[in-house]
Amino acid sequence: MALDLYETLGVARQATAEQIRSAYRKLAKSNHPDLNPGNKAAEERFKAIASAYDILSDPARRARYDSGEIDATGAERPQGPTYSYHAGGPRGQKYSYEGGFPGGDGGEEYADILGDLFGRGGFAQGGPGGPGGPGGAELRMRGRDRVYTLDVPFLDAVRGTTSRLALPEGKSMDVRIPAGIDDGQILRLKGQGGPGIGGGPAGDALIEIHILAHPLFTRDGNDIAIEVPVSITEAVLGGKISVPTPAGPVNVTVPAQSSTGTKLRLRGRGIPGRGDRPAGDQYVTLKIVLDPKDEALAAFLRERKAPADFDPRRDLTGAA
Amino acid sequence: MITLEALCREIAGLQAEALRRWIANDWVRPAGGPDAYRFEAIDVARVRLIFTLRQELSVDEEALPIVLSLLDQLHDTRRQLHRLQAAVDASVPADAKERIRDALRQVIVDAQ
Repeated sequence: MALDLYETLGVARQATAEQIRSAYRKLAKSNHPDLNPGNKAAEERFKAIASAYDILSDPARRARYDSGEIDATGAERPQGPTYSYHAGGPRGQKYSYEGGFPGGDGGEEYADILGDLFGRGGFAQGGPGGPGGPGGAELRMRGRDRVYTLDVPFLDAVRGTTSRLALPEGKSMDVRIPAGIDDGQILRLKGQGGPGIGGGPAGDALIEIHILAHPLFTRDGNDIAIEVPVSITEAVLGGKISVPTPAGPVNVTVPAQSSTGTKLRLRGRGIPGRGDRPAGDQYVTLKIVLDPKDEALAAFLRERKAPADFDPRRDLTGAA
Repeated sequence: MITLEALCREIAGLQAEALRRWIANDWVRPAGGPDAYRFEAIDVARVRLIFTLRQELSVDEEALPIVLSLLDQLHDTRRQLHRLQAAVDASVPADAKERIRDALRQVIVDAQ
């Protein structure tokens, strides 16, 4: 809290220069550090008194202080803590929207919250995390991170590969893409960013991965999905079919009485496992495809008496 | 703690009448009653903010409650983040912090 200089000296705002001088002398004497050895409080008081007198004894600065142009330390106003500073501090709770969290603490500036917590750089997302300020002569700074983007074909992302990244300065860099990398993830190549300043370590190259779509497979986290057409015979009677997976075709048993939309799970056939993350699965969604030339099936169905109690649209009743 | 009069002196152009209206609207919550309001640092900063919004940014008093409520909600979230930071800082081992940081950066692997 900014203290009031007049209060510090114990004089009125309208005090004359003489009144201010005499108040200062009186207080300075009783609080002078040489007369109060080891008394920290007196020393602090003396400093406050001296700096108050410093401003109030100078008519020009006193006028600026009175009009609010400078604060009690002589610094230009209003560069005191912003509202955000206060609101982020313990008293911020006072203006909480509706109760909020009890007893919020901390007081640093917002942008650095997670950066402070997780070390240098903080979020790399959306820009280099390296220091951006001008380098002073004495400064030892980590080099800037450099951000690149790299398009990776779907299957390469699933299986892992090595890609060549063209750098702006005409060089290129081989980047090992680990199996199972996901869209939007960022690969870090340590020390491949901008050079350090004053002997500081080089920054990192941060490569944002964009995965290109595949005509058959789609991906959901660690799982892969594919739609596989089956004939009506395969669907009704069941049977073995060959289904493509990223690691090559596998034989899959279609259960009898399958339907369009029936989902089969191929355990472990999704994104390969890595570390303590287990492999994902591949989901096969069946889709019955009719042979338009199959006259015999049409003839059979015409002859056949369908069971009357089956209504495939029973779930739609009343919905429309 | 400073008085309403002192605050109006401090912020050039701030009218006591306007400030009393802001208090009546519950935008500013000084201690004490109408005869002897006492403003602490956060109140002073908030008055300054409202004054800036009104004068420099031309936010009228109709729109001000929305602006303030959004700001207050934002600051609630910030305080929660600070609490989270303090909690993680105090209780999570260094390697787990590293993993959290990587997850925030979406860095999944250090290549090469």
